[in-house]
Amino acid sequence: MIWQLVTPLLIASVILYALLRGVDVFSALISGARDGLNVLLRIVPALVPLLAAIAMLRASGFLEAFSDLCRPAFQWLGIPPECAPLLIVRPFSGSGALAVGAELMRSHGVDSMVGRTAAVMLGSTETTFYAVSVICGAAGITKTRYIIPASLLADFAGYIAAAAAVRWLFA
Amino acid sequence: MAMSVLLGVMMLCAILFAVFQGTAAEMSAGLLDGAKEAVSLALSMAGVICLWCGVVEVMRRSGLTEKLAALLRLPIGALFPEARKDGALRGDIAASVSANLLGLGNAATPLSIRAATRLQDISGRTGAASDSACMLTILGSCSIQVIPATIAAVRSSQGAANPFDILPAVWAVTVISCAMGVAAGLLFKRFRL
Repeated sequence: MIWQLVTPLLIASVILYALLRGVDVFSALISGARDGLNVLLRIVPALVPLLAAIAMLRASGFLEAFSDLCRPAFQWLGIPPECAPLLIVRPFSGSGALAVGAELMRSHGVDSMVGRTAAVMLGSTETTFYAVSVICGAAGITKTRYIIPASLLADFAGYIAAAAAVRWLFA
Repeated sequence: MAMSVLLGVMMLCAILFAVFQGTAAEMSAGLLDGAKEAVSLALSMAGVICLWCGVVEVMRRSGLTEKLAALLRLPIGALFPEARKDGALRGDIAASVSANLLGLGNAATPLSIRAATRLQDISGRTGAASDSACMLTILGSCSIQVIPATIAAVRSSQGAANPFDILPAVWAVTVISCAMGVAAGLLFKRFRL
């Protein structure tokens, strides 16, 4: 499968290109990896309480009851109802969505339909409210007009498309 | 603050639900498991995240980011009429979009802010967003990352057979979601909302 070659080929060609341009590849890799550690250091403290709270919701039976409640609407849209909590958290919190997504992959199986749908949703949408508030806040925009509805429509289309894509590609 | 409320509501729901369902023991165990899982998840993600951040730094230093930005000039001129004459503005938008494509969110944000500020200045509006600033923010709130490295890292940490096999799905969905955002933006602009 070509998809299995995408990442190694991409990394190898980036490194080759950089070598030809005379870049000190190794020191760039190391300094980037240090940035990566900083990213992790930033998200771990947030992940701890979030994953604890989500594990509590799962173990208490709340998440299952909530998914059941959402079942009719989600089935009509073609989205696995188990992904309902992810859809709610996604626009508000990046680390929260990561925690919910990781929990879904763990409890339903990473290569299950639910696990894959959660992964595709996480990979193809953004933390909408956070992005909008950062950009508008810093640019002095107080009236966001149609930004939020349009962005949420984009997210919504992404959720439906994610479920459909996983159904077609992996069913 | 919103996160604190969210966390409080989640915990309260879990406790109330556990009391009524008689799952208090499982719920308390879940609390500890979740906290433990957070650290083991982060640790098992660390390798992939660090490797990818390193590759992205190589891209930045070798000038690939600027190459990508140059490719993006044409479509950006079509979407942002103001940017056709203003080279610096077009450069900022192109650089922020290409940084987003490579997953350099931290680099993209300041560029998006500068471009949004410039678009607001050109439009002469003060409080309300101009149509182009709306479009820029809508694009900024769509994920256009080519390699979803964090998600691949989570998938690999959970033992996925092939962490990257979701790539074609992610690309297709990203395009659909962005197209929806742009279409909605153009439609709302036309109806002067």
